[in-house]
Parts: sequence; C-alpha cells; structure tokens
Amino acid sequence: MRNSLIYTVLLALGIGVSVQSCQDENSLDYKRYYVNGKRIYEKSCQSCHGADGKGLGTLYPPLTDTTYLKLNKNQLSCIIRNGQQGEIKINNITYDEIMPGNETLADIDIAQVIVYITNSFGNKQGFYDTEAVTSDLKTCK
Amino acid sequence: MKKVLFIALLGLILKSCTNTSEEKLPILGEREPIEKTVDGKVVIDTLYQSIPAFSYFNQDSILISDKDFDNKIYVSDFFFTSCNTICPIMHRNMLNVYNKYKGDSKVKFLSHTIDIKYDLPSRLKKYATKLGLEGNQWEFVHGSRDSIFNIAAKSYLVAAYEDNTDPQGLVHQGWFILVDTKKRIRGAYDGTKEDQVKQLMLDMDILLKEEFGDAK
Repeated sequence: MRNSLIYTVLLALGIGVSVQSCQDENSLDYKRYYVNGKRIYEKSCQSCHGADGKGLGTLYPPLTDTTYLKLNKNQLSCIIRNGQQGEIKINNITYDEIMPGNETLADIDIAQVIVYITNSFGNKQGFYDTEAVTSDLKTCK
Repeated sequence: MKKVLFIALLGLILKSCTNTSEEKLPILGEREPIEKTVDGKVVIDTLYQSIPAFSYFNQDSILISDKDFDNKIYVSDFFFTSCNTICPIMHRNMLNVYNKYKGDSKVKFLSHTIDIKYDLPSRLKKYATKLGLEGNQWEFVHGSRDSIFNIAAKSYLVAAYEDNTDPQGLVHQGWFILVDTKKRIRGAYDGTKEDQVKQLMLDMDILLKEEFGDAK
C-alpha cells in the first residue's frame, strides 16, 4: 500500500518533469526567437513601423492588424525579404508606398522577426520556425 | 572636505546653467562685431549669423520665401520622402512637435527635400497628406540643388549631400534647427532622439516667451 503510493507519486513526478522539459524546450526557442527578432526589428523595421508598431500616418502601415497578419502569414517572409509594392489594405485603410526588401536577412532572421511581430503590438500568434520561412520563400512571386 | 567642495561647486555651476537656459536660449553660429552710430556716438554691436533670403516651391506648388517666416519662430530640417532610415523617425517626432503648436500662427515648420530629382511639389503634397497634415503651417519645400545644399551647409549648419556610395545616394543629418523671428539659430536638436525633441519643445516655449511675451 505504502509502496504503491510512493510509486504513484514518483511516476506522476516523472511525467510532470518530462512534460515540463518539453515545454521548456519550445518556450525556450520561442523566447530566443522573440528576443532576437526584437533586435532585428529595431534595426531594420522600427524606423518606419515604429517602436509601438503603429506605423506613421498613411505612409507606413501599422503591424497591429492581427487578421491581416493571420491571413497572410505565409506571405510575410516574402514581404520581409523582397519588400512590398502596390496597394494593401491594413485595418481597412489603403497604403501604397514602396517597402524596401531586406535581402541580407537569413531565413532564421526572418523567422525571428515574424515571431516578434506576430507576438507584439497586440498580436499573439505563437511560434513560427525557420523551416516554415524557407518553404514560404519558395512561393515568392 | 575636497569632495564636498567639489560637489558644492558642481551644484553651483549646474544651477547657474539651468537658470540662464531657463531665461534665454543662446544664439548659435558665427558672429562679428560691427560699429554703428547711435545718437551721434559710435558703439560696437554684434552681428549674428542669420538665415539669408530664400524662395522655394512648397507642397502646393506655391513660391514661398523667408517673408512667410517673418515674425514667426520656426523649426527646420532636411529630409527626402523615400528615405527609410532616419526620416521616418524624424518626422514621427516632428509630428509630435507640430501637434503641440498646431494652429499657433507664431510657429511654423520648414522641411527641405534633398531629393531634388524626385521630390517635386506633387510628391511632397502626397507625403504631407499621408502624414495627416493640412494647410501650410508645416511647409515642405523643393528648390534647386545648389540652393538647398548651400543653405543646409552654410546657414542651418546641417550636413546634407549626394553620395554614390550610400544605398539611397543621399546622406543627411537629422538635426531640427530652431530659428527665431530675427532668423537667428537658437537651438539644434537631434530629431531622431526623443529626449532632444522634448528639449526642443521646452526651448520653443522659452523662445516664444522671449519673442512674444507670456502669451503662448
């Protein structure tokens, strides 16, 4: 009776620890991407899109349109790498300036900046890994 | 003991500095003594560097000149509409200053484009509109290459030039220059730094008080 109680406790503890470590692994990646992404954002994006992601007037669009980001998630890599031209509608407002590309950003940099953007400014869309970015980039027009 | 004395001295210096800056802004730039005759007596006066006469086309394709800035204080800068490095930061900050003094007929803003080729008045108008601006309290101006680059370097003391090695081909500093009603430079602030832009707004209040009395 006493032994089985000890076993149960140990088993529960074991499962708990392994689940915990798995989560740690994921959230560690997330945190790493987020922190690095913030640094890249500050260097390459913030000047136009702002520290608060609100953009500037109708010159530079805000990054607060969660629906747009969600619906176009697999386009984000191409936009970041190659830039953006022509009209786009963000928060129901039309923007049509030219966004320059960031050809020097590696796939992992793009993944990190996507994680930062899609989890800041009121967005909460979780992790996005480098492989997803690499496959997104194959579809760029 | 020495330490105490040092701190006391430092305190005194700091205090005297803040006191004077609260009352009057310095006059920047070069100056030279001139002789003039007052009531039959020759006295020495100081001639301060000032912004010379100019005329440019603004965002409404209207020719404006230094006369449009008479009896006003104004903030001046150099930028171009396709600049994606410091200009968005500068104009995000300038917009805050503009909003503070919006509708105040004693205050104007003057942004010179250094992209002579592409930033024609129509493009400046589009830019101003997209910044959310109406009217002409904030003028965006287009001039000849020489006139813009000369007035930047010689009068506003801001470096701006064409550079083939730069990715965008144009290099300029992000200073906001505060000019008084006599067209003299009274302050220079890094338009990309929020704390300096805050200082600009404090200094504009001081300057308005000096120029127009208490009415703000």
